[in-house]
This record gives sequence, structure tokens and C-alpha cells, in this order.
Amino acid sequence: MKALILVGGYGTRLRPLTLSTPKPLVDFCNKPILLHQVEALVKKAGVNHVILAVSYMSEMLEKEMKEQELRLGIRISLSHEQEPLGTAGPLALARELLTENSDPFFVLNSDIICDFPFAAMAKFHQHHGQEGTIVVTKVEEPSKYGVVVSDTVTGRIHRFVEKPQVFVSNKINAGMYIFSPSVLQRIQLQPTSIEKEIFPVMAKEGQLYAMELAGFWMDIGQPKDFLTGMCLFLQSLRQTQPERLYSGPGIVGNVLVDPSARIGQNCSIGPNVSLGPGVVVEDGVCIKRCTVLRGAHIRSHSWLDSCIVGWSSRVGQWVRMENVTVLGEDVIVGDELYLNGASVLPHKSIGESVPEPRIIM
Amino acid sequence: MLKAVILIGGPQKGTRFRPLSFEVPKPLFPVAGVPMIQHHIEACAQVPGMQEILLIGFYQPDEALTRFLDAAQQEFNLPIRYLQEFAPLGTGGGLYHFRDQILAGGPEAFFVLNADVCSDFPLGAMLEAHRRQPRPFLLLGTTANRTQSLNYGCIVENPETHEVLHYVEKPSTFVSDIINCGIYLFSPEALKPLRDVFQRNQQDQQLCLDLGDGSSGSWPGAGTIRLEQDVFTALSGQGQIYVHLTDGIWSQIKSAGSALYASRLYLSRYQLTHPERLAQLIPGGPCIRGNVFIHPTAKVASSAVLGPNVSIGEGVTIGEGVRLRESIVLHGATLQEHTCVLHSIVGWGSTVGRWARVEGTPNDPNPNDPRARMDSESLFRDGKLLPAITILGCRVRIPAEVLILNSIVLPHKELSRSFTNQIIL
Repeated sequence: MKALILVGGYGTRLRPLTLSTPKPLVDFCNKPILLHQVEALVKKAGVNHVILAVSYMSEMLEKEMKEQELRLGIRISLSHEQEPLGTAGPLALARELLTENSDPFFVLNSDIICDFPFAAMAKFHQHHGQEGTIVVTKVEEPSKYGVVVSDTVTGRIHRFVEKPQVFVSNKINAGMYIFSPSVLQRIQLQPTSIEKEIFPVMAKEGQLYAMELAGFWMDIGQPKDFLTGMCLFLQSLRQTQPERLYSGPGIVGNVLVDPSARIGQNCSIGPNVSLGPGVVVEDGVCIKRCTVLRGAHIRSHSWLDSCIVGWSSRVGQWVRMENVTVLGEDVIVGDELYLNGASVLPHKSIGESVPEPRIIM
Repeated sequence: MLKAVILIGGPQKGTRFRPLSFEVPKPLFPVAGVPMIQHHIEACAQVPGMQEILLIGFYQPDEALTRFLDAAQQEFNLPIRYLQEFAPLGTGGGLYHFRDQILAGGPEAFFVLNADVCSDFPLGAMLEAHRRQPRPFLLLGTTANRTQSLNYGCIVENPETHEVLHYVEKPSTFVSDIINCGIYLFSPEALKPLRDVFQRNQQDQQLCLDLGDGSSGSWPGAGTIRLEQDVFTALSGQGQIYVHLTDGIWSQIKSAGSALYASRLYLSRYQLTHPERLAQLIPGGPCIRGNVFIHPTAKVASSAVLGPNVSIGEGVTIGEGVRLRESIVLHGATLQEHTCVLHSIVGWGSTVGRWARVEGTPNDPNPNDPRARMDSESLFRDGKLLPAITILGCRVRIPAEVLILNSIVLPHKELSRSFTNQIIL
């Protein structure tokens, strides 16, 4: 089977991290976002060809994908859009690759994280026998999203309602689809929104079914949601693979620690922390609800809550960072500073506190 | 022989020093580890011929004051007495009211020191100037920059003779960059003009009575003399008032923020005057950066990092990995592990939980302007609390991991979350 992943552009919503690394390669819980999806596709649905729809070319991404082809024993193609083609256009661009055989294929938004239900999707799709299946997930406040109204028994989708003011459904598009190749006849090679222009027509024709997702789901395309997604992911690990979580003195709740990371004495790490490879946490540090990326160094007695610490960044002693502070790559935070919701661009050295949320250029 | 009078004011004064003045009379608030007026007393005690130090104010003599006086008399082997005014008598009324006590024994001259100033008290140099040419009033003056001078008493002098030609208290426009330090040397004749003012005030009061203005009982002028306006302004240019200029350390201590600044000035002066009061780096002891005072009874963990400008009071407990900078920690307070306290005053018996951060914003004079002084020390501007040092009142509890930034926490408050730019009642 094949899968097309809509990687898209620069990942500006996840800046300043994506100023250094293409979004698919940003580590989420110590694994590149993209690999969470690709590995699940391979393991759960036997996908052997992944097509990445990208609108900008990155050498870093190409190189990494070559390595992953070898590691996973699959084919990974990059389908490059000369101009942004929306969420449907990239399917038309990859038409040849997608129609090499008549198998249905997966399409994924690249920003989502969940317990990927690829095997169940394939089965569900085969069972109803129509052109498309989209995965839906329940949300608490449907009025903020576009919702999917479908038959509770069969899953057949009746209609889509954008930001409903009165309750019609609490299920939203989870950004994961499986299509039969005939869907490509509906899509032209031009900028097109699959959600707004293709799905409503398919629904009207009875060709689109919804499969409800069990378990957690999160769009991690921006830092705030990235951290929420991390909490959900770690909780899911606790249930499915608790042995992957770290335990030891000073560890609180669900914590993921790369084997090469080092933690000092008298620390309090967690709940909901992921420490990447080569990370150093000195003595007396308190970290909760944070992602600390490869090679970062947190000096003693600092306190971090709800932050993303970029690659090779250095956080000084007695620093307090909170409220979705994001440090880009190689940022240096001086001793005794307070960062509240700061978004710090790469290679920046900070010598003054940031008491209110702002961007540090 | 010489005497000294320290004007300590009363509880109605010093409101800008709240909430710290709720617990202890402001003159006893510790600055650089010792009560504010101990610096005055030490300076007076060093003047040869000093016979007696009198404290004048309208505080009810409480246990703290009594204990302080007893200890100070012992330490300096000098009579130190408190004379309580029957009512607030202004900066000069108490001097006149207690004139007999001051002049008893026939002193050659007497110093008059306001309690709420921080200075290196160049009393010897003032006395020398006085002895060269005795005058009724000798004021200590220093310089301020043009804008800040408006917050002080401004002095215009004859640069040759140093006679005060003009004196205005807190003018609204620029008058002079020489300001009154609140430190004086008076000769016994100085009491004559005080008597004149007193009698004139009495006559004015009698006049009001005769006119049937029945409010005489609470008439604020009864016995009140304002040294600055009633005497210095009135007598300037008449050959009676002179100024002695100093470029030594000097600052007012009106607010808690200025107490922290005064602490820094006194701590740096300890290198000359009291090196034994400055904490030293010792093996197995905490890391000391710059000038730090640690009371001998305080327990400080070895991994703590203190300074510069830190004063730690009696019985304080400082946990492992604590960072303290530009702060005063008062008697019996506890800072738990990994806390970070910057530009703050931690009140008596308060507790700061681990990994909490207590931080204020300094309003110190511009260090690059030698004439810069503390700005007018109001808490608010346009109805908004100005960022200033953080003050935790007595027995405040700060939970673990929270942030208290630019805030004032009134006594006995137990907080449960972070606060920024607030007064917490």
C-alpha cells in the first residue's frame, strides 16, 4: 500500500523550531514527527511506499528520507509542488505514483499525532467499499471547528458544517484519509482544498464514510498544541508501553528520557517531560510539561514549565521559564532570568528577562 | 563636650515604608544587618567628646525600642535616651520642647540627625568647620541632579563663605543642585530662633482663640516647628546658617526600595568600617559574591549563592541551591531549596517554597550619574502600581514554584498562586 503525507510548506506555525529544521524532522517525544506516522504506516498497514508532498525542498529532509528508506526497507518519494496546491492538488501531482496499482492509498496531514488506526482504516474502507474514508475525532467544543455529520451506524457522511453555532455533531476531521484511486478523477492539478471542494461532493454522492478514532488525537502544528500533544502521547505510552517511560529518583509522572541524557541530583522532572539525546540537566532543576531537544543543557536550580527548549540551547542557573516559552536552536539564556511566553529565534543570547509574552528576534 | 539628637519621628510617619513599618518602628528596620539608627549612633559615638545621644520622637516606647537602647548603651558605653513627644511636634518642635535636656551639662554644640537618612556621617569634618567659625546652624549638603533636587530641601550658598543665602523645601522649579542631607550641627544659640518661632506660633494660636475659632484644642500648630520652613527658610541670608558640603555616600530612606539601596551603600562602606560584618568565602560555606551580611545565627546551606547586596537576619534559614541577590531577608524567614530571590525584602518569619521566584525591579539612582539620587518614591503613577522591589510582609507564605514579581504582600498572607505587579491585601 501507499501513503501520501501532506507536508506542505515552511511550518511557520511551529517557528522558531522550524527555522532550523523542517517541521517533519522536529522531534516529538524523541522521534521526528514524520517518523511517528511513517513507522505506524509501515507496521500497522504494511505501507511500502510513502510519498511526501512538499512545497519547498530541503536537503536535510531529502537526506534524512534516504536514510529512513534504508532503515525501514520502504520507498520514500518527494513530490515537489512548484506552487502551493492546497490539500487536494498534491494528490493530482502525485497521480502517477498513486496509480501504479489499484490499491487504496492513505493521505495524512503531517501535523497530527494519535494512536494511528491504519489497519482499522484499511479494513473499514474495504468493508463499505466506497471511494473514501475519513477518520473523525470527538472534540469538546465543536463550534470552533468544521464538524462532520454522519450516520451513527454505517458511518456514511451526510454533510459538513463549518463552525456550527448550534450543536449538530461533535466529530471533526482528524486529517487522516484512505481513498480508492478513482478519487483522483475528481481532482485537477491546481490549488484545491480537499476539505471544502472535494469532500462535500463525495458526501453528496454517498462515496464518503467516517470512521471514529478511539483514543487521543492532537494537531501539533503550533507550540502550545505540541506540548498538549506530548502530554497525551506520554499518557498513551503509559497505557500501551509503560516500559518506554523513565523512572527513578525525582521523576514524577510520565517522563521520556533518551538513554544518552543526563539528570543531576535533587531534580524534579515531570510530569509530562521529554528529554532528548545528549540533554544535560544539572542538579536541583525542576521541569514539568516540557520538551527538551537534543543537546540542550539546563543549568542548576532552574524551573521550567510548559516550554520547548531547542537543540543545543543553554539555560542558565536559577532561570524561570514558563507559559509556552520556545527557544530556537542554540539559544543562550543568561543566569537568573525570567522568560514568560518568550519565543526566541535561533542563535540568540538573552541577557534580560522577558516578563510578558513576546518574540525575541 | 558634645551631644547628638536623632529625630526618629513616629508611627504616623513612614507610611511609604509599609508594610514593613507595621512590625517594627522604621528607625529600627535593619539596614545592612543593623537597625537603621545604629549607623547614626556608631558615627556619633566616634566623635571625641560625645557625652550623650538623645532620640526624639513620638513612638510609644515599646519592647523593641527599649531593648535596642539598652544594647546600644552597653555597646557604646554612652547614655542613650529616648525622649517621647506628647504629640508630633514637627522636625524642630521636639528640639525646642526638650531644650533643657539637650543643653543640660552645657554642650559646646549638638548634632541633629534625621533617622531616615543613610550617610557616612562626616561629623568630624562638620565639627572642624564649626570650630573654625562657630555658627548657630551648620547643615550638611550634597549635590543632586536638577530634576531630582526638587524632591529635597534646596540650598543656595555663597560659594566663598558657604553661608546659606536661600533655602526652599521641595521647590516646584529648580533652585539649586545643593540639597539638605538632614544632618546638622547646632550651637546652643540655635534654640533662640526656635523659641521665636514657638512664641510666634503661640501668639497666632491665641489670636485664633480670640477670634472664636474654637478648634484650638486640635490646632496642628501647637508647639509644632518645621525646622526647614520655619527656621532655615526664614533665617537664610542673615549670617546664621551655613552649609558644609560632602560628596560622601548619602541617600534618603523613605521607602522599602530606598532601604535596599541604603543597605548596598552601607555594606560597601563596611569594607572600611566593619570588615568583620561582611561574609567571607570559607570552605564548606555558601558562595559569596560581593558584599553580604549574614547574622551569626542564620543557617545557610553550602550550595546557596548570595550577593551582591544581601543582608540575612537573625535565625534565617537558607536552603540548598538558593540564590539571593540585592535583597534583605528579615529575622526568622525561611527560603526553601532552589528559590531565587532578587531585589526583594522577605519579611520576618516568612516562608518561600522551593523553586519559587520572588523578584522586584530596582529603582536605584543611575549609577553613571554621580549626582543621581533616589527618585520621588511614590508607589503609583497614573493609578498604576509602578514596578518596584517586591516586599513580603511579616509571616507571609509563598508556595513552591510560584512567581511573585513586582508585588507587595501584606503581613500574614498565605498565597496559593503567582502574582505580578500587585498589592496583595
